[in-house]
Amino acid sequence: MWNYIKLAVLGIAVILFGLAANYGRDFAYQVHALIFMAAAAITFIYTLRTTGDVKPAPTGYLDGVVRAGVIATAGWGVVGFLAGTFIAFQLAFPQLNFEFLQGHGNFGRLRPLHTSAVIFAFGGNALIASSFYVVQRTSAARLWGGNLGWFVFWGYNLFIVLAATGYLMGVTQSKEYAEPEWYIDLWLTIVWVAYLLAFMGTIFKRKEKHIYVANWFYLSFIITIAMLHIVNNLAIPISILGSRSVMVMSGVQDAMTQWWYGHNAVGFFLTAGFLGMMYYFVPKQAERPVFSYKLSIIHFWALIFIYIWAGPHHLHYTALPDWASTLGMVFSVILWMPSWGGMINGLMTLSGAWDKLRTDPVIRMMVISVGFYGMSTFEGPMMSIRAVNSLSHYTDWTIGHVHSGALGWNGMITFGALYFLVPRLWNRERLYSLGLVSWHFWLATIGIVLYAASMWVTGIMEGLMWREVDSQGFLVNAFADTVSAKHPMYVVRALGGVLYLTGAIIMCYNLVMTVRRSPVKADEAAAVPAE
Amino acid sequence: MSKKDVETTGHSWDGIEELNNPLPRWWLIIWYICIVWGIAYTIAMPAWPLVKGATAGVLGWSTRAQVADKIASFEEMNAAVNAELAAADITTIEVGSDVHNYGVNMGAAVFRANCSQCHGSGAAGNVGYPNLLDNDWLWGGTIDEVAYTVQHGVRNETDEARYSEMPKFGADELLTEEEIDQVVAFAMSLSDPEGDGTNLVGGTYDVDLASAGAEVFEINCSSCHGEDGTGDIYQGAPNLTDAIWLYGGDHDTVYETVYYARFGVMPAWGQRLSQAEVNAAALYVHQLGGGQ
Repeated sequence: MWNYIKLAVLGIAVILFGLAANYGRDFAYQVHALIFMAAAAITFIYTLRTTGDVKPAPTGYLDGVVRAGVIATAGWGVVGFLAGTFIAFQLAFPQLNFEFLQGHGNFGRLRPLHTSAVIFAFGGNALIASSFYVVQRTSAARLWGGNLGWFVFWGYNLFIVLAATGYLMGVTQSKEYAEPEWYIDLWLTIVWVAYLLAFMGTIFKRKEKHIYVANWFYLSFIITIAMLHIVNNLAIPISILGSRSVMVMSGVQDAMTQWWYGHNAVGFFLTAGFLGMMYYFVPKQAERPVFSYKLSIIHFWALIFIYIWAGPHHLHYTALPDWASTLGMVFSVILWMPSWGGMINGLMTLSGAWDKLRTDPVIRMMVISVGFYGMSTFEGPMMSIRAVNSLSHYTDWTIGHVHSGALGWNGMITFGALYFLVPRLWNRERLYSLGLVSWHFWLATIGIVLYAASMWVTGIMEGLMWREVDSQGFLVNAFADTVSAKHPMYVVRALGGVLYLTGAIIMCYNLVMTVRRSPVKADEAAAVPAE
Repeated sequence: MSKKDVETTGHSWDGIEELNNPLPRWWLIIWYICIVWGIAYTIAMPAWPLVKGATAGVLGWSTRAQVADKIASFEEMNAAVNAELAAADITTIEVGSDVHNYGVNMGAAVFRANCSQCHGSGAAGNVGYPNLLDNDWLWGGTIDEVAYTVQHGVRNETDEARYSEMPKFGADELLTEEEIDQVVAFAMSLSDPEGDGTNLVGGTYDVDLASAGAEVFEINCSSCHGEDGTGDIYQGAPNLTDAIWLYGGDHDTVYETVYYARFGVMPAWGQRLSQAEVNAAALYVHQLGGGQ
């Protein structure tokens, strides 16, 4: 019966999207309506073909969706790093904004493609896949909602395809990290609610008495992102058949909402979510207990209560009132220690197992990731101090800060989790090659160091050049002078990107070979929930 | 550290246990210090929103006041020489005097912030934006003419702007295709003293076409560019006999110029800059090397 309802809904959806494609007012909207139509049609055909099949009752953990998520994470990772490396070269050598790329492949179009590909496609898939894996294991329960997990996976990746193709066609509401237009936002909202239901449902039917700390972090990430996404994307479409919309808030209110969103996308997507990952994979890989339960409680609540107020530090010395700017700065500084709580718990979990750093490159990856986490969460509060910010704001220092967090913390912990997951998900005895993991580790680490160091140098130089005045108070440098002075550092940054990308490609090769060549684990039947 | 004595909480999730270690002391102390500092800072600075407005902070500090103070301190320091510059007759200002040095220095800063986007940070210009280092001037290179151009701009919406408009000889069908080909060749031949079909910037043209174009030029172009093609600064008509081309001296570019014409615009900076700044920019540009 359920399948017949589904078929009816999907059939109507196909027709409606077809109509939307036909009557759409702009090209991008029509393309997106066709993509939606294709997705609905494929689901329709799949449902039709499987209707009436007698399916055995599902047993064990739902790991297929985690496998798909792992593949998507690795694939999108390479796409995102490639886009980033290319635009780094575009900045160093503007000739690479070729004439034939104008309007779809110039820096302005590719930049949001890069940021969304790494944050939402690579990071988001890593979070969804790892959260589904972790919540099932630590709750000893199969993922709630039948195939809801699959809907989340395909729905989320459809969102990414819509967002990415939209950027190339110029569909953007011009809000950083929230570029997709209204209909893509609506679709993500539906997917996100499904994600929340699948995750919460699994926690509700858990067989363990307590909820493991990793799941607190995942849950806070899912709930807060839902809130941020909805409020920051409040917009009125110009036409139901067009891709443009007008934001409900304007001026400084819009700016404040945007950076409340932007900062907490960092706080809850890239920090809380990935701390959830860290709290499962580090103790598992190290085979050691978590260092301190107390610390995990205190720093969790402190982190989520304080982070949400820190957004105004993105708007120092702007139209934002001074009081809001002060509060943003104060909360950012008070956030320093709660952030470090996660680093302490991650690093100290290894006490008693430090020798593994010598033998296990996966642990090494996780440790350096936590190290970069600690560094960026110190750098962030420091840069939020108004006096420091007056130098660092709008410079490449910010870019360096973001990338030491993204490449170092988010990237490395995800790589560690992938190396942990692939042998287990495909039931292999071990990784294909630990030597290649070491190569990946060193390439990525050197890449990050080149990236971050060059951006510190050029960022501080640029900030000092901008503010330099002579004894009579006159500007010493033209803007173009700072641009030409930065050129060598831009080349170094791009080379750092090449190293990081190379490491990720080596990882993909290693993971594929693990599935194809590593011996099958003998005694394991299939992972089953602990009953 | 005596981790061995610490017990776990007794829970286990998928084999993960948790130790019952206390909060690290240094961590807690630093956090408390941050919190205490945070409270003190919000008392000192504008911080807490009220029903109307917000607390101003006991130090009475604000970002606007910080900027205003800085500007005021420089303005006070420069007040005398600044007033002198604004009131000065720049045509008679003595080179090397304090006010001249000050003006050139200020003009350089004004130029970096406002002019370099088009004319380049070294003032060497760009395609469509004149080079200010040479002695070839569209609208005149004496200091008061430069100052007028800075003040009122070129072909903008203000009444005082320098204005002239070249006809679109091709697009508006003022000349036939054949005549355009001829006059393009002739225009290029003006900057070819040897007459060998290659002009001073390496552009090549057909010598026979050029001689046919002389008459077209005389009827249609000479009223602005002069019979000898040396231009007219009162109409902003470029000199066509030298090696300096604002848009380019190759055949295709000259053809495009004749066919569609050009309409370079410069803002009226007097609407945005103070009189002292306009004077300063003129002084700076004038002493770059090409001033007349």
